[in-house]
Amino acid sequence: MFENLIYLDNASSTRMDERVLDVMTPYFLDKYAVATSEFGYSAGIEAREALDDARGRIASTIGASSEEIIFTSGSAESSNLALKGVAKSAKKGKNIIVSKIEDFPVLHSARSLEKDGFKVSYLNVDKEGFVDTNELARTIGDDTILVSIQHANQEVGTLQDIGAVARICQEKNVLFHTDATHTFTRVPLDVKTIPADLVTLSAHTIHGPKGIGALFIRKGTPLTRLIDGGFQEFNMRGGLENIPSAVGFAKAAELVTQEENDKIRRMRDRLTDRLLSEIPHTMLNGPKLKRTPQNANVTFHYVEGESLTLHLDMRGIAVSTGSACFSKSLEASHVILGIGGDHERAHGSVRFTFGRYNRMEDIDYVVASISEIVEELRKISPLGKGGYT
Amino acid sequence: MKFPYTEKVLEHFRHPRNVGKLEDADGKATEGSPACGDMISVYIKVDDTTKTIRDVKFESYGCASNIATGSIITELAKGKTLEDAKKISWKQASDELGGLPPIKTHCSVLAVDGLREAIRNYEEKHGLSTEKEPTTIEVIQKRLKHVMNPLTGLDVVRTELVGDIRIEKGKISVLVDLPENHQFSPVIRSEIMEKLETLWDVSGVEVKFTE
Repeated sequence: MFENLIYLDNASSTRMDERVLDVMTPYFLDKYAVATSEFGYSAGIEAREALDDARGRIASTIGASSEEIIFTSGSAESSNLALKGVAKSAKKGKNIIVSKIEDFPVLHSARSLEKDGFKVSYLNVDKEGFVDTNELARTIGDDTILVSIQHANQEVGTLQDIGAVARICQEKNVLFHTDATHTFTRVPLDVKTIPADLVTLSAHTIHGPKGIGALFIRKGTPLTRLIDGGFQEFNMRGGLENIPSAVGFAKAAELVTQEENDKIRRMRDRLTDRLLSEIPHTMLNGPKLKRTPQNANVTFHYVEGESLTLHLDMRGIAVSTGSACFSKSLEASHVILGIGGDHERAHGSVRFTFGRYNRMEDIDYVVASISEIVEELRKISPLGKGGYT
Repeated sequence: MKFPYTEKVLEHFRHPRNVGKLEDADGKATEGSPACGDMISVYIKVDDTTKTIRDVKFESYGCASNIATGSIITELAKGKTLEDAKKISWKQASDELGGLPPIKTHCSVLAVDGLREAIRNYEEKHGLSTEKEPTTIEVIQKRLKHVMNPLTGLDVVRTELVGDIRIEKGKISVLVDLPENHQFSPVIRSEIMEKLETLWDVSGVEVKFTE
C-alpha cells in the first residue's frame, strides 16, 4: 500500500530493518523463555545471555559499561525515569533545570514534578535553539538537583554542546540528564568523555523495534525506580524483560554506519539547499551547521502547514509540520516559538527527517511537489500580498 | 489512502471554487488570524436593486477544513439574496461537505463568519443595517477584536495594542501603541478604519499612534 511512499518523517518513527526483524523472530518463536538467573533452567539461562549480550552491545555504542544500561519501554519512559527518579531520590533541593524546547517526555515530566512541589527553571534558547551555558551556570543554585538538556532537538535538529553543559553540571555538583533520542548512533556520544549521568536512548528512530529504549545510568547515580515489580533491570525497572526487542535494539544500533550518516546528510543538504534557493519566502529553522545529519526544517511563509502536508500526502510524501492544525493539541510548535518564531512561522514550518530508506533520486520529486503546492496555496492566501509581509 | 476528510472535502480542498480577491468588492471581511492558524477573507459583489450576491470570492490561509468550507459557502452564497445568504449555517456547510472532523469546527466556522461579516460590511456601508444599537466603547472593542496585531498574530484588543478609545458626538478616536512610522502602522490604521467607519451612528474615525 505504501510501497512508493517517500517517507520523510523518520524522527517520528522509522521502518524497521529486515535484519533487525530476523534476529528478533527466534526470541518470539523458539527462545521465548524468561531470563532466569544463572541457576535457572537452560532455556532461561540462554535468554539471560541474549539480554546481557544486547545490553553490552548498547553500552559499548556510548562507551558505557553493561551495568549502566537499563532497558525501558522507550525514550518517553527513560526520560520520565531520569527526571522523576532523580526527584524521588533527592534528599534536599527542589530545583530542576530544563530547556524550553525539550521534547514532551522531559517537558511534561518537569511540569508534572512542578505539581509535586518541585521548582522548574525553563532555560531560554537563542534563535538557533542553543542554550546559553553562561545562563545555565548562573541558573544552577544550591537548590538545583538536576539539569536536563537534550543532545539534539526533535524538530529543528539543534545539536547542543552537551560536553560543555555536562562539565558545568559536574563542576557544580548537580546531576545531568540528556535526551539523546535524536542523536543515538547518528552523532557520536561517549559517556567516557562527556560526564553525563543519565542518557535517554531509543530504538525506533534508528530502524529498530518500537516499544523499547534504554536509559544510561552512571554508576552511583541516585535514582528511585518508577515501576515496581520483580528484580529486573538491576532492580531499577520491574516487568518482564523484552528480550526480542532488546536483541533487535542492539542489532539496529550496530547497523548504523558512518557511511549511512554521510549519505543521509548529503540528501538532507541537497533538499535544504534546493528548497531555500528555489522557493521564495522560505527560511531555515534551526542552525545551518551544528545540527543532526537527518533533520531539515523549513518555513514556507504565508502557507499553513496542515494544508501543505495534506497535499504532500496525496502525492505520496510524508512529512510533519509545526502548525497548530496538525497537532493533536491544536497548539503551534513550542520549539519554533521557543527559538523566537511567531505563530505564522510555526504554522508554515515543515520538518523533513531522513533515514536509511530514503533515496537521493527522490529529492527532485519532493522539491518539485513542494514548489508547486506552495505556489498554489500562496495564490489563495490572503497573507503576503503587500499586507502583512 | 486514508484521510480524515470526506471525498467532498478533499475535492474542494484540491480544487477550491471562487478563490481570489474582488478588487472592487461591495462588502469584505477577514476572520481569524495567523495565531489561531487559520485566516479567511471573503469578498462580495452585490446587486443593489435585487440585493442578491452577484459574485463572491475568498482567500484562505488555513487548513483543509478552512479551505473546503470557504469554497462551499461561496458556492452556496452565489446568487442568493443577502437575507438568504446570511442564513447559511456552519451545519449546512458541513452537511454539504459530507461532514467535517469535530476538532476542526473552529477552522470551518471562520469561513461562515467571514461571509456573514462581509454581508454586514455591505449593509452598513449602504445604511441597511437593521441593528441601531448606539456605538459604545464595548461595541468598538468588539469590532476591533477582528483586527489582528501582526506582531503576535493575536487581536489588537487582547494584546493591548489598542490603548485609549474615545467616542464623542459620532467621532471615534483610537490610540495604537506603535510609532506612526512602524512597518505595520498603515495596515493597522486601514483595518481599524474599515471596521469602524461603517457603524451607523459614526461620522468619523481617527487612528492615532503613540509616537
